[in-house]
Amino acid sequence: MQEAQLSADNLACRKGDRLLFARLSFALRPGEALQVAGTNGIGKSSLLRILAGLARPFEGTLERTGAVALLDERPALDEHRPLRQALAFWCRIDGCAPDTHTALLGIDGLAEVPVRYLSTGQRKRAAFARLIDQKAPIWLLDEPLNGLDADAVELVEELTRDHCANGGIAVIASHQPFRLDGTRVLALKDFAADEIGE
Amino acid sequence: MSALLQILRRDLAMLLHGGRRGGTLLPVLFFLSVAMLYPFAVGPDGPLLARTGGGVIWVAALLAAILPLDRLVAPDVEQGFFDQWALRGISEEAVIAMRVLAHWLSFGPPLMLATVPAAALVGIDGAALRTVELGLLAGTPGLAAIGVTIAALTAGLRSGAALSGLLLIPLAVPLLVFGAGALSQMHSGAGQSGLALTAAFSLVLLAIAPFAGGAALRAARE
Repeated sequence: MQEAQLSADNLACRKGDRLLFARLSFALRPGEALQVAGTNGIGKSSLLRILAGLARPFEGTLERTGAVALLDERPALDEHRPLRQALAFWCRIDGCAPDTHTALLGIDGLAEVPVRYLSTGQRKRAAFARLIDQKAPIWLLDEPLNGLDADAVELVEELTRDHCANGGIAVIASHQPFRLDGTRVLALKDFAADEIGE
Repeated sequence: MSALLQILRRDLAMLLHGGRRGGTLLPVLFFLSVAMLYPFAVGPDGPLLARTGGGVIWVAALLAAILPLDRLVAPDVEQGFFDQWALRGISEEAVIAMRVLAHWLSFGPPLMLATVPAAALVGIDGAALRTVELGLLAGTPGLAAIGVTIAALTAGLRSGAALSGLLLIPLAVPLLVFGAGALSQMHSGAGQSGLALTAAFSLVLLAIAPFAGGAALRAARE
């Protein structure tokens, strides 16, 4: 895996007229994980989209080395296609071997089921298979535990741990506790705009 | 490059008959039903039908191009496909270019095939049919380019479907003027220039579409 790096300097995010957060800085080296904590609407997802390069920060700079994989509430899998084909589409783009992680994630029995019939948790597991297959060193996980059962939660925590142990970086935005040793916690309310008197 | 081919393959599977984006059947049936209704409305006046039939085929083709617009881009934006492509370094412009190609393949050639029975229904002769077919060949790529651009522009809007129909019509007027105009010029032997202008306008639209569509998608993301 290539040497990954992710650092933010003095980031600020604005949505409409509202300044969500400002003066946010951190640096992540290979193997490190960051948990973004905060209440709903504080800007966790916005921060992740900025880190992914999908949105521009209102202020500040972002330095990123290595490819990024994003997991959010949208699995980006074709609703009417069987799960195997929907995953195979991303596999062909990412150049991976098909069906490597479906058994691990417990969705190998669903290969012929169209994605629209899958439950929230099953979709999340499928999205995780897509995420792993992308083999990107930087993982951005937006509410990765939503809709998952206890077994899957443990599995996702273990996968993230393995990812970091292999030199990957993970940024996790979750309102549920995410057990990961040695992770740093970034409380977004410390950077909320009214806290710093803007 | 291979990623783009995969995207084109997926687009075609979605748009062609059997895919879940409406398929080609609906626009073609709509097109044929307009050609079928027209003689009922005008009455059995052979010379009048033959004189106006080519224009009606053009209008029907233009309106049929509106039907698939709301499903061209919006579902992929909602499901996060464009975000995932952007993360992999596949630009919106490239994806939109592939979609224009796929959209044209899914409605241009089927419409040109359906023009043959439509020409019989409105009673136009062989020479006029040939001019209509050549005009559609020159004009439908431009229609596809306008369609995908508008679909990208309206992807994030709640009433995008109705709006896209309204937006397409004025933009498609030049194609209609030159394409259908070639029919009336045909007898004076100047039909070629109308066809050439239709093709030229199509090429301009094809050149603009990926950049306009890509910019629209990125602006909507902010």
